[in-house]
Amino acid sequence: MRVVGPQELVEHALTHSTSEQCVVIVHDSTSANVRWANNTLTTNGVMRSTDVTVIAFQGVGNASVSGTAWSLEQVSGLVEAADAAARIAAAAEDRADLVEGTATPEWDEAPAETSIEVFDTFAAQLGESFARSQSEGRILYGFVLHDVTTTYLGSSSGLRLRHVQPSGHYGCTAKDSALTNSAWTGGATRDFSDVDALAMTDELATRLGWGQRRIDLPAGRYDTVLPPTAVADLMVYAYWTAGGRDAADGQTVFSRPGGGTRVGETLAAPTVRLHSDPSYPGLESIPFVVASGSSDRSSVYDNGLPLGPTDWIREGRLNALLQTRHTAAVTGLPVTPAVDNLVLEVDGGSGTTSDLVAGVEDGLLLTCLWYIREVDPQTLLLTGLTRDGVHRIEGGEITGTVNNFRFNESPVDLLRRHSAASETELSFSREWGEDDFSRTATPALRVPDFNMSSVSQAL
Amino acid sequence: MRDHSIDPTFLALPYERLGRVALERARDFGVSHADFRFERNRHQYFSVRDGVLDGSQDWEDLGFAVRVVLDGAWGFASGVALTDSDAVTVAETAVTVARVAAQMTTRPVELAPEPVHTDVSWVSSYEVNPLEVPLADKVALFGRWTHELLAAEGVEHATAHLYQVQENKYYADLEGSSITQQRIRLEPAVEVHGADPSTGRFESMRTIAPPVARGWEYLSDGTFDFDGERAQLPELLREKLAAPSVEAGTYDLVIHPSNLWLTIHESIGHATELDRALGYEANYAGTSFATVDHLGTLQYGSPVMHVTGDRTVEHGLSTVGYDDEGVEAQSWDIIRDGVLVGYQLDRPMAHTYGAELNGGRSNGCAYADSPGHIPIQRMANVSLQPDPDGPDTEGLISRVERGIYIVGDKSWSIDMQRYNFQFTGQRFYRIEDGRLSGMLRDVAYQATTTDFWRSMEAVGGPSTYELGGVFTCGKAQPGQVAPVSHGCPSALFRDIRILDTAQEGTA
Repeated sequence: MRVVGPQELVEHALTHSTSEQCVVIVHDSTSANVRWANNTLTTNGVMRSTDVTVIAFQGVGNASVSGTAWSLEQVSGLVEAADAAARIAAAAEDRADLVEGTATPEWDEAPAETSIEVFDTFAAQLGESFARSQSEGRILYGFVLHDVTTTYLGSSSGLRLRHVQPSGHYGCTAKDSALTNSAWTGGATRDFSDVDALAMTDELATRLGWGQRRIDLPAGRYDTVLPPTAVADLMVYAYWTAGGRDAADGQTVFSRPGGGTRVGETLAAPTVRLHSDPSYPGLESIPFVVASGSSDRSSVYDNGLPLGPTDWIREGRLNALLQTRHTAAVTGLPVTPAVDNLVLEVDGGSGTTSDLVAGVEDGLLLTCLWYIREVDPQTLLLTGLTRDGVHRIEGGEITGTVNNFRFNESPVDLLRRHSAASETELSFSREWGEDDFSRTATPALRVPDFNMSSVSQAL
Repeated sequence: MRDHSIDPTFLALPYERLGRVALERARDFGVSHADFRFERNRHQYFSVRDGVLDGSQDWEDLGFAVRVVLDGAWGFASGVALTDSDAVTVAETAVTVARVAAQMTTRPVELAPEPVHTDVSWVSSYEVNPLEVPLADKVALFGRWTHELLAAEGVEHATAHLYQVQENKYYADLEGSSITQQRIRLEPAVEVHGADPSTGRFESMRTIAPPVARGWEYLSDGTFDFDGERAQLPELLREKLAAPSVEAGTYDLVIHPSNLWLTIHESIGHATELDRALGYEANYAGTSFATVDHLGTLQYGSPVMHVTGDRTVEHGLSTVGYDDEGVEAQSWDIIRDGVLVGYQLDRPMAHTYGAELNGGRSNGCAYADSPGHIPIQRMANVSLQPDPDGPDTEGLISRVERGIYIVGDKSWSIDMQRYNFQFTGQRFYRIEDGRLSGMLRDVAYQATTTDFWRSMEAVGGPSTYELGGVFTCGKAQPGQVAPVSHGCPSALFRDIRILDTAQEGTA
């Protein structure tokens, strides 16, 4: 068997499919990662994969078959399976004409790649950080990952689209040697040229320093500054819940009691704008729909549909929900498919997280949130924990570190109740950024009455 | 159960040859350990809504990985092209990675010994591979189920899904082990949705059938009463919509296995993973309060608490013949008479800590979810044992004056050291003077792990024991998912904090 390029895999599948129409998606991916704990390396790896999805369309139905494939023979197997399944497939509710198009100029280019060498500078710095931390009584635990995925999308309706998506992130936790004090820092990067392991460990040393004074506080409502990472955690969940079909079916916070959606209603403060844009600087993401399967928020018939700037909440009003062409028709709303980034902006927000802290007389600064799960879909009540540093603010200064809490709060409600915001900056959701949604820009938010439901003993 | 052999389409793949080529190349560099893992994992998922297909997808992961220890450092690499030259390249890449890793490795990696298992194979227990049942038949069954439910009073929408997996693995190492395995599992679920037009309040109600390592026969062989369960769903939904919110406070709880399995998973399963206790997950999934210095002394729960770990129970989602480091499946005690006595191990951890835990041998908890991921310590089937003379669920309820009976899992969350948790459920019944007295809603229970398990006054008898579980437990960086089962009886807990979630959401 011969290893061939992704374009050839696409053309081979399109040529050999016996179905009326066909869409082929190839994801060519390389990634490298390094993980550490207790000031030493634990695991690492270099992974390579080529995944091919063949979607065959026949009459009212379709079938989607995906697999690892690097040879023409393997693609033939996927095509045969998809063609056979499409012939007997149940009728698809979302059926529509395939998106039409032509070959884009970059179609012929080879996949982009990464390798373990992307960490060359970082790895040397990290070795030095381990030594320094060991001698200064700190323990480091962390992870870096770099992934480059090139997507090729071809269709019998003429589409030939290519997109290169670099994604990367770093995160490091530090603890004191008694394991009673914990700090975290992390972020997203496209190529690791902007990540400095020594600066990262200096930041952690500063944060651990705040914990030299330990303060126990009870559960209750606190004037709380949520940094951009925590705001990203909460907004990503709200975004995932914003399916148009689920809202119209009366199952989410975006459903109007009695039927229909809340599009047009004011949900948030009038200064709030929540939006996505595939060309947002620093968060560039794929500018067309790629759907290997249909669900309530994606449609295989929409493959190749262009993605553009979309306001989900504008001037505090719900403006759009995640839609396919099918759900848009069902709900009578515009076609606004999901985009792979999310930006929250608050008009009038200024300064940084530190500037918000300076304005708090008596309150809390969080580091990040963790284990966020939905409790009540009607209000989008989420529960979760504070993690790796809750800091006491007194007179605008950080004066110590407080125990952790379990919170119960709705992100939609926080967009209404916040009392101040910083400027929007590139951010990284600690909970969802690694595996699910790494491209966010959010401000820090100050919430005057954040609901800390109980104390967590976790350190 | 029928005695299946390994899928011939997997046996036809060149894994033995690629393994030999890769391991020989690794040996050239003087590695102290090398293993080769080849996997083909087939998945099929479809969902239906109101009798109509939402979408279906078939996908397959195929590839191999080489893991080496060179100069005390790990090196791992994976590939997908099934050629000898790629096997060589992947082995060489693993060696390169180990050299980069050596700069940052301050404590050398060593593996606990394991007997060599040559040319062995193992297949999980099932009758009919669900992936060999025509998709159209499966969609038709689930479509009919949701279509019928939609006709019931109060049901506005009905959804269902079926997720099926066939996992094939080949493992070989330089010591001479060569192991071929096959596992089958499936996860069916049906849910109904409705609203109260007078208040705008909406609710859902889902089946409590657990995911299991069984075949397509699970849907019809009486193992679980799917017909009875579906017949009840509309009435359960109507009752829940009409139910009052719980009054927040302290209650006694009787918890059914369909809910308790998840509390076991989060507060015992993860807390007794040795890698967490040692801090390997400190930057991600978290650590554990149950650290090694507490072994043999930590009063985890009340004396009626007996928890085991196993990778052997029939139809368990974590059950295997051998783990992903070539270790034969075992079972062992984790908590005995309420005291912490064991952990879940892999070979590197067993080398350092296994002497007092398992005679210096791993208990076989290494798992990788795909050929491209490195094996790490993942969860065994961690189960709470019933009392051989214990009562049935009604017997437990009869001992409660004012309490709540909880059935089915829903929302879950626990902190990074496994202390503070909060769970909701599908169905909540008020208990008054030892009897059920109507449904409640908006219930969440919140507790600290050891307080909760120490408040467990009684566990039910063997007749109440059921195996729950999950397909997609998350852990590690890069993120991996793993299937795992948890068996337990119904159990009685005293004085647990209950929240009214409707009240929690109002500021």
